[in-house]
Formats: sequence, structure tokens, C-alpha cells
Amino acid sequence: MSTAAPAVTPLSPTRRLADRLGDRVLVGLTILASLAAIVILVLIVVKLVSGASAAISRFGLAFLWHSTWNPASSAGVAHANVFGAGTLIFGTAVTSTIGLAIAGPLGIAIGVYLSLLAPGRAGALISPLVELLAAIPSVIVGFWGLIFLGPFLKNTIEPALHDVLGFIPLFGPPNATGDGIFTAGVVLALMALPIIAAITRDIFLTVPRELKDGALALGATRWEMIRGVVLDSQRAGIAAATILGLSRALGEAIAVTQTIGSGSLIGNSLFGNGDALGSRIVEQFSGSTGILTSSLFFCAVILLVIELAVNLAAQLIVRRSARRQGVLAR
Amino acid sequence: MSTLGADPLMDPKRPLSATGNLRRRRRTDRLMRGVATAAAILAVAILAIVIVTVTGKGASQLSLSFLFKDPAVGLDAVGGGIANAIVGTALIVALATVMAAPIGVLIAIYLTEFSTPRTARPIRLVLDLLNGMPSIVIGVFAYGLLIEGGQQAGWAGSFALAIIMVPLIARATGEMLTLVPRELREASHALGISRWRTIVGIVLPSSLGGILTGLVLAVARSAGETAPLLFTTSIFSNSTTVNIFGTALPNIPLIIFSDSESAFPADHARAWGAAVVLMAFILIGNLGARAMLARQRGKFQSQ
Repeated sequence: MSTAAPAVTPLSPTRRLADRLGDRVLVGLTILASLAAIVILVLIVVKLVSGASAAISRFGLAFLWHSTWNPASSAGVAHANVFGAGTLIFGTAVTSTIGLAIAGPLGIAIGVYLSLLAPGRAGALISPLVELLAAIPSVIVGFWGLIFLGPFLKNTIEPALHDVLGFIPLFGPPNATGDGIFTAGVVLALMALPIIAAITRDIFLTVPRELKDGALALGATRWEMIRGVVLDSQRAGIAAATILGLSRALGEAIAVTQTIGSGSLIGNSLFGNGDALGSRIVEQFSGSTGILTSSLFFCAVILLVIELAVNLAAQLIVRRSARRQGVLAR
Repeated sequence: MSTLGADPLMDPKRPLSATGNLRRRRRTDRLMRGVATAAAILAVAILAIVIVTVTGKGASQLSLSFLFKDPAVGLDAVGGGIANAIVGTALIVALATVMAAPIGVLIAIYLTEFSTPRTARPIRLVLDLLNGMPSIVIGVFAYGLLIEGGQQAGWAGSFALAIIMVPLIARATGEMLTLVPRELREASHALGISRWRTIVGIVLPSSLGGILTGLVLAVARSAGETAPLLFTTSIFSNSTTVNIFGTALPNIPLIIFSDSESAFPADHARAWGAAVVLMAFILIGNLGARAMLARQRGKFQSQ
């Protein structure tokens, strides 16, 4: 780790002034840069909360569950200029859940393959390709999802699910256009997948060889070794990887905007149109004024709080398990 | 070992193939290994499908005039190119790099050379939190801080991108700095060379390749970001401009985004073409950086 503290005796007082000054300046600059990062984080929180203050004081916590969203243009109607993020939080939660339900098991399976099963060459080839998937910009993945994935899902997966599970209201008739909550969820799965795969691969590689060999020597098959030794000992890491994948899915706004179909209703069906926190900001922020802007800032604050909580949770899990494993190692 | 012969399981006439329970266990084993392999193949297939379909749609748009001409004006106008967006993206990302690179490298130097565990922990946490920050939140923040009540400007987009780049650069640089052998630092100190000279003259140059690699990856990442530019530099003209501090600059991600939402086929065609340009830049940057990184790691490990 970073504790490469140079074991050096204090330099002699005869050293040149420039050296003494240079040391001070460099330390000062690095501290300033580090403080700048902290200041930016604090500024983000302060600026978003102050931008949302009008909406916070007007709607309060009820903003979180009310589902009215009536911009000023519909004045004269009941509830004009009343906003609530209930539908949007629901949309964010459902799309991310779909994304995670697909990307979680798949990503862990890829992590298992890359770290434990792949023959040397194949692993060296597939590993960077999986990471490359994460490098494709979300606006391109979203465009692709809109033009190719959506229609594909509409014609194949959605009818199939509707035919088999149609008695559950969740799996209603397929979407007319191919957009919708389900398509957005699948797109989010594509974005979370490389993250989960790469992190689980890295943590599976840290499992000590003795443990794996020990299980095999006791007569376990490869899969029994993977399940009993690798997956079991790395539960915390798997959870953290999944959470980081979730964090990616929760925060994605652009690709969701392109594929979710922008409807405002909480429908029963996963195949219906919807909207999410990030996509609502993308759609309505430009040119907005007054309480609408403030409400959109409120949405950003909610996203910020969710992300901070999710990332802190991942950190906590990793640190706790590291401490426990450290104790075991000693 | 004489009891061994009495063991009924050691009947020499028993067939050597697996039976019963073992056969079931082996079947499960094969099945699960097959599932894991299939998952990996699926991921590669998805990557291939995305690249092939995007390229298939967009490659036909590519031509010299697409790269070097400004867009044709008019609602359903055909022809013209995205030169304005290419120039704009290059400028926005360049300025973002100029802002983020020194800060990211300095943070990495602080963490590896000067920090104590007590000061390092909060800074690492802040970097992780910034890294996990949704780009749309950073976009809204940059708008609130720099644009609200005023006019959009390209440099505000650069500022937003720089926030995304700092944690990436700091982490990549930190990884390379910790790879620099301790003996190098100690030898330098033993010669009476001051700390800042050791860092600037020895530690940084010996990890320069890795730092540049991290920089390239951060540039590739930020070049594709759309959400931070959405409210800071999205209302732009169709002509090429370099006035990054005065006006909004056209940029490739927003061209793709707004054209992909359009109903006109000509706009979609332009979006595909722009997507191919952006994707080619990002993939080449990534592959090049990875190749460089492998060489850099090898250099230290062979020492």
C-alpha cells in the first residue's frame, strides 16, 4: 500500500534554501490539491441542497412519495405547480432492480470464469474485452438500446414472458414501441455487468491457493470448490461488487432517458413506459424556472443521497470483511 | 495395510467409471462451469454486437466531409459533417485535462509520499465518493455553480468533466507511484537529495508512462460523458468555434444525444456517424493505454 514511508533521517541543516523551500512548496501544493477534492464534494452537496431549498421547504419529505408532477404550463388545473418524485423514485428503483437482477448473477459468473476457469490465453483475451464494455459511452449504449435492443425485446423476450407469466400483472402486454422500463433495465444491466464482473474477478483472484487446492485434494469437484471455498469466503466482496454495480445503474441518466419512454404513470407492467430521477432531470431541466427547477434540484439531491449511502455501504462492507480476514490471518 | 483387502469397496472387479452420487456431482460441476463460460462468452458477444451494429449503421456516414465540414443548416437538412463538434469536444476535454491532471497527480503524490494513515483515509473516501457520483448530479452542480442566471460556456463543461477525471487520475497515478521501488527513493535520499527533488526528478519520471496511461483512460472516459455537458454547453451553433470561455461549444456526445431523440432520418444518420467517431476514439484510447500499462508493469516487475 501507500505506506512506503521513506526511512530517512532528517536532512542536515546545511542543505540549500531551495531544497527546504521546495519541500515545503511541494507538500503545500499536494495538501491544497487534496483539500480541493474535499471542497468540491462539500460544494456539490451545498449547491444542490441550496438549489433544492425552495422545493424542500414547500413540499418537505412528502416529495419522496407524492406522485403528482404538474409543471406551470398546466396552470388552472388542480395541483398546478405541485411536484413529487414518487413515480421517479419508483422508476429508478425498478429499472435498477431489473438491471441488477440480470447483471448480478451474470457478472459473478463471468468473474468466476475469468478468475478460476479460463485457460490462460482465453482469460487474457476476454478480461480486457469485458472491461471494454464499460468504456462504451452511455449515450451510444442508449442509442443502441433505443434502435436495436428495444425492438428486439419487444418482439422476443417480452411476448415470451407475457405468454408464460402473463397471469402476473407485472408481465403485461409487450410495449408498443420497444421503449419502456424493462428495456431501460436491460440497458442498465449492460452497464453494471462489466463493473461487477471486473471486481468479482479481482477478489476471486485473492483467494489463497492453499484453500482452493485443499478443497480439490479432499475430492471436491471444481464447482464444489468454487461454491464452498471461493464464493463462500468472498461473500462480502461479492456484495460490495454488486452494490457498486447498483450504484452505476442508479446514477445513469442519459441511456435511461433514451430508452425508458418517458411516461409518468406508475403502471403495473414492467413493459410499460416510465420515468426515473435522472431521466426526468435530463428531460425537463433545460429552460425550466422557479419551483420546477428547484424540484429537479431536489431530484438530484435524492440521487446524491442514494449514491453516497450506497457507496459508503460498499466501503463499510469491504472494510469490515478486511478486518475480519485480517484477524483470521493473524 | 492388510485390512485394505477386506474393504468391499476395493473390489478389483468394480468398474472404474463414476456411479451414483459422484456422477451427479460431476454433472453439476460440468453444468455450472458451462454456465460460467457461457456468461463470459455472452459478455463478449454483447460487446461485439454493439460495436458491429453501431459501426454498420454509422460507417456509411463517414467521409472526409463528415469529419471536416460543419453541419448543413435546416430542419431535415442532409449532408455536412460534425467538424464543429469534433473541435468542441477536443477543446472541452483538453481544458478539462489541464484542470484535472495537476490536481489528480498532486493528490496521488500526497497520498503515496506525505500522508499518514489518518489523513489518507478521508481523502481516499472523498475520491471514492466523487468517483461514484452520478454524472447527471455533477452536471446539475456545474450548472448551479457556474451557469445559473448567466449564459452557457464550454469551460463550465470542462469543469464538470474535470470533477469526473480527478479521482480516475489520482487512482491511476497512485497505483503507479506505489510501484516505484522503495530503493530508488532511499538511494536518492542517501545521496543527500531533498524530498521534492527525489519526487520530481526520480519518482515521477520513472512512473511517467503509467501516469500518462491513466491520463489517456481518463480522457477516453470523459470524452464520452454526456450528462455533465447537458446543462453547461448544450445550446450551440452549427459553426465551428474555439471561444471556450464565451459560448457553449458544440460537442459529439450532445450531437449523438439530441440527434438520437430526433424524428428525422438524416439526424439519426448523423448520430450514428458521430457515434462511430466517438467510439473509435474511445476504443483506440483504451486499447492503447492498456498495451502501454502492460509494458509499464512489466518494466517494474523485471527489475
